[in-house]
Amino acid sequence: MYDFEYHKPKSVADAVAALKKASDGKFMAGGMTLIPTLKQRLAQPSDVIDLGAIGDLRGIKVDGNTVTIGAMTKHAEVAASAEVAKAIPALAKLAANIGDGQVRNRGTIGGSVANSDPAADYPAAVLALGATITTNERKIAADDFFKGLFETALKEGEIITSISFPTATKAAYMKFPNPASRYAMVGVFVAQTASGPRVAVTGAGACAFRVKEMEDALAKNWSPDAVAGVKVPADGLNGDIHGSPEYRAHLVTVMAKRAVAAAG
Amino acid sequence: MTMSVSMSVNGKTVSGNVEARTLLVQFLRENLGLTGTHVGCDTSQCGACVVHVDGISVKSCTLLAVQADGAKVTTIEGLAKSAEQLHPMQEAFRENHGLQCGFCTPGMVMSAIDLVKRHNYEVTEEIVRHGLEGNICRCTGYHNIVKAIVAGASAMKAAGV
Ligand SMILES: Cc1cc2nc3c(=O)[nH]c(=O)nc-3n(C[C@H](O)[C@H](O)[C@H](O)COP(=O)(O)OP(=O)(O)OC[C@H]3O[C@@H](n4cnc5c(N)ncnc54)[C@H](O)[C@@H]3O)c2cc1C
Ligand code: FES
Ligand code: FES
Repeated sequence: MYDFEYHKPKSVADAVAALKKASDGKFMAGGMTLIPTLKQRLAQPSDVIDLGAIGDLRGIKVDGNTVTIGAMTKHAEVAASAEVAKAIPALAKLAANIGDGQVRNRGTIGGSVANSDPAADYPAAVLALGATITTNERKIAADDFFKGLFETALKEGEIITSISFPTATKAAYMKFPNPASRYAMVGVFVAQTASGPRVAVTGAGACAFRVKEMEDALAKNWSPDAVAGVKVPADGLNGDIHGSPEYRAHLVTVMAKRAVAAAG
Repeated sequence: MTMSVSMSVNGKTVSGNVEARTLLVQFLRENLGLTGTHVGCDTSQCGACVVHVDGISVKSCTLLAVQADGAKVTTIEGLAKSAEQLHPMQEAFRENHGLQCGFCTPGMVMSAIDLVKRHNYEVTEEIVRHGLEGNICRCTGYHNIVKAIVAGASAMKAAGV
């Protein structure tokens, strides 16, 4: 790892100011992605700005039909939250199956969503539930947030402060985990939302994406059979030693079927 | 960037100068000579480096020493009351043959203790297997590790630790 200047600001405003002053600064949340990246010398920031001391960014609030989770809330906290388990059980269950126990003890929802790893779990929930990402500057709809491989709508120096999830009448997430890393080879989150069914896929493409055809099929008939006939094209999907694009395309339908069945 | 850090490690206040990039595991092993905490990978996957920071199990290879400034750290060396009296979880690993080469053991024991406390001392084989996803063992095939942790959970409860 190359060395850097380390900052631990107490407020969002101070964190933004520290980043603006740095020649090439990076925010750090749980560090579960950033530190491994630095260890492999895949990045060389001049400054690391640790968001860990900003108390405002932590915590879970349920208000009517909205669950708001502070950006620095750890996966383990979401997994163990009785409030989340009651309002959106699928979200608590998703958090409980991210990586392993020690990753969940440090990794945060804000870090996961900001990073937009193609195999990360939270982006599927954010997109399927139609969540809103709140930053220090604005509110961004999930549909406008994920732009590509590790690419989001966030601008330089913009900090996610919280993410608000509307509750759904039915929701479930099913992932086929990579047996070594536990990241999603393919994960599908389905939700029956106020604006109709939404289906979001992670692991298969450059970033999380929705499958309109499955949503239309579920609008007519909410059942595993409705999505069983919908195949996504393998073109442009991820291929690596763990699975080909065709394999992942096939998994999308399988996981979607299982998710609809689990959602009931 | 050199920074000074101070933290409690196994009940003793320690301090030192580290670079910002120094990992907690390096600080423990190289500055403090606490080599019971191991490094088994560089991808944050093996769990040989697990320690407790403020009572929570973390991978000390994926945490900067400066992030632990002011924290209460417990390593494998901090568990036993004395050379004669191991922690009940350590004793359970010995009793159940929960180790072979022993390289993964410190991390296994530290993860196990956090897991057991989180489940209020009531763990099943299923809970233990899921809870060990972040700890890799190359020798045992896990079976005796799982047995050890289930037994260690009852022993911890009985001993009130
Ligand atoms: C062994 C292992 C297994 C894992 N398995 C899984 C898995 O199965 N599923 C899964 O989804 N993830 C997995 N992860 C990733 C894990 O969930 C990370 O915690 C997560 O991707 C990043 O969150 P973090 O808080 O650690 O962020 P960091 O690593 O600190 O930051 C990641 C990036 O986001 C930026 N950032 C962080 N917070 C903010 C913010 N509030 N606003 C703006 N930018 C921000 C940082 O600048 C950085 O670029 C795994 C990680 C490891 C090490
Ligand atoms: S050395 Fe920390 S996880 Fe492998
Ligand atoms: S006992 Fe050898 S790695 Fe686990």
